[in-house]
Amino acid sequence: MLPFFLFSGMFLIAPAIILAYRSLEGPDGTLTLDNYRALTTDTVIAAYSMSVRISLTTAVIGGLVGFFLAWAVSMGGLPRPFRSGLTTFSGVASNFAGVPLAAAFIFTLGRIGVLTALFQLIGVDLYGGGFTIYSYWGLSLVYLFFQIPLMVLVMLPALDGLKQDWREAAENLGATPGQYWRRVALPVLLPSILGTMILLFGNAFGAHATAYALTGGLLPLATLLIGQQISGDVLNNPGLGYAVAMGMVFIMGLSIVLYSILQRRSERWLG
Amino acid sequence: MSGFLSLHGIRKEFNGVVAVDTFDLDVEPGEFVSFLGPSGCGKTTTLRMVAGFEQPTAGTIRLAGKDVTYAKANERNIGMVFQSYALFPNMTVAENIAFGLRVRKEEGSARSDRVSELLDLIHLPDKAKSYPNELSGGQQQRVALARALAIRPQLLLLDEPLSALDAKIRDDLRAEIRRIQRQLNITTIYVTHDQEEALALSDRVVVMSKGRMEQVGEPFEIYNNPATGFVASFVGQLNRLPVTVEDPALGRIRMGRNELRTTSMIEAPTGAGVSLMMRPEEITLDDAEENVLEGIVETVTFLGSIVRVQVGVEGSKVIADLFNERLLELPEAGDSTRISFPPHACWVMA
Repeated sequence: MLPFFLFSGMFLIAPAIILAYRSLEGPDGTLTLDNYRALTTDTVIAAYSMSVRISLTTAVIGGLVGFFLAWAVSMGGLPRPFRSGLTTFSGVASNFAGVPLAAAFIFTLGRIGVLTALFQLIGVDLYGGGFTIYSYWGLSLVYLFFQIPLMVLVMLPALDGLKQDWREAAENLGATPGQYWRRVALPVLLPSILGTMILLFGNAFGAHATAYALTGGLLPLATLLIGQQISGDVLNNPGLGYAVAMGMVFIMGLSIVLYSILQRRSERWLG
Repeated sequence: MSGFLSLHGIRKEFNGVVAVDTFDLDVEPGEFVSFLGPSGCGKTTTLRMVAGFEQPTAGTIRLAGKDVTYAKANERNIGMVFQSYALFPNMTVAENIAFGLRVRKEEGSARSDRVSELLDLIHLPDKAKSYPNELSGGQQQRVALARALAIRPQLLLLDEPLSALDAKIRDDLRAEIRRIQRQLNITTIYVTHDQEEALALSDRVVVMSKGRMEQVGEPFEIYNNPATGFVASFVGQLNRLPVTVEDPALGRIRMGRNELRTTSMIEAPTGAGVSLMMRPEEITLDDAEENVLEGIVETVTFLGSIVRVQVGVEGSKVIADLFNERLLELPEAGDSTRISFPPHACWVMA
């Protein structure tokens, strides 16, 4: 128990207390609620809104695509090597983030990226058509690169937990495959699917380095705003930065509570 | 004449490996038939072919006069109870039972009437709103049975339904299954590796080994007149003694110095080495006029209603099951004893 309390004390509780305290500090070092009042300003709300929107978008798209990929290799009748290949790739890709990921996408789908050039060769002008990797959808695409594999990794065991007997029992009772999925498999998997989507939401919500390296602050994200307030030259207001971070802690905490509720239900059914 | 359920020439191969071979069986309406055999003998594969989860490599399956060999499982109107119960965890007991009626779009009030009727039948009327994980194993299996019966199936299949339960619950549920089957007069196929279960429940037993039917018959016939060595040794305890044929026509045989006799004719020539079989409960530890062997008591095991005595006889082991009476005088390990068995209670196999 002692190592656990030491670890969580040093790396979770103490930083949270320091964060909470600093969020109450004004520019002159006095305690104030001004930083929290500033959370309702247009800039901060826009940053939260953009972070939530991009996190929701990539959680839903990543969740759906990842679920279907996991389903395809788990029960879609694909040969076994597909599964091990996808699992290995997902293990690597789900941890591929930050500056290297942003650089990889700039080199492939940037204005003079390899894929952009290849598309041009076959007559498709990505940037002429309005696409840019440095936009909302560009960043979403980059996030999906690690969101989809994460969904695959979490959903595969859940799909494996669906018992063959359930499918056969449903079939035996007269259900079509569609009725089985609608009434049994999907309801049983739903806590896992939603729980993992919440995990994906949190994953994207807290991402900073990828967004910073790719857009350089073009998109108003909460994490980028924190950086600008704490260490920026122009918008230097560390107290506000810490308050924005506290807001993020609150949203993440809410996500974690929801995730654990859904996870508990999922374990009860699929365990 | 073909039965209500007819399996003719059924064969099933998995990647060239034969799982079931030359399986022929006619089951009459309302009959309770058990498939009995060790793991891997093909009994569950045969059941799954009847259910429609596997298709036979060869042969035909007819149900109520209709060829269902290649019919989909959801079109057969067969109820099945699984070893793992297979209750849907996201549904209450009532919703589980109503599932088959719901997918058949049966009207709401008729559906709830049927659910209540079945909850009464399985003696769980107060569990309608419980979830499967709130029930004991025995209760879950009752619900699985009710769910299978809810659709008024033409045929009920039970795949080792009691094997995951404790001994006491198993005995109670066994009686319950038979009561319900008789009450509804539903044709039933029951798969088990437990011979006691098969003998206690069935109108007829199909003993299977290595994908083939070894014998089909009523429990009494299977136990007392096993058709093959496998049936004799798989169904019940069996003593097997090496003997030599002396007079095949008169059923005379010899074991060492001892002359023995059976009432059945022996299909082996004089001097041939054969096996003499007898059930442990046919052996007594007393003198008789014939079929007496001398030996040394090796172990005495108290099993409740019976006492099992193992005796070493001329290098072989003989097990005698004695009914536990108050006046029973038990020998001790190391005692010399004499065992005997009546000529009509033993038979010879090559």
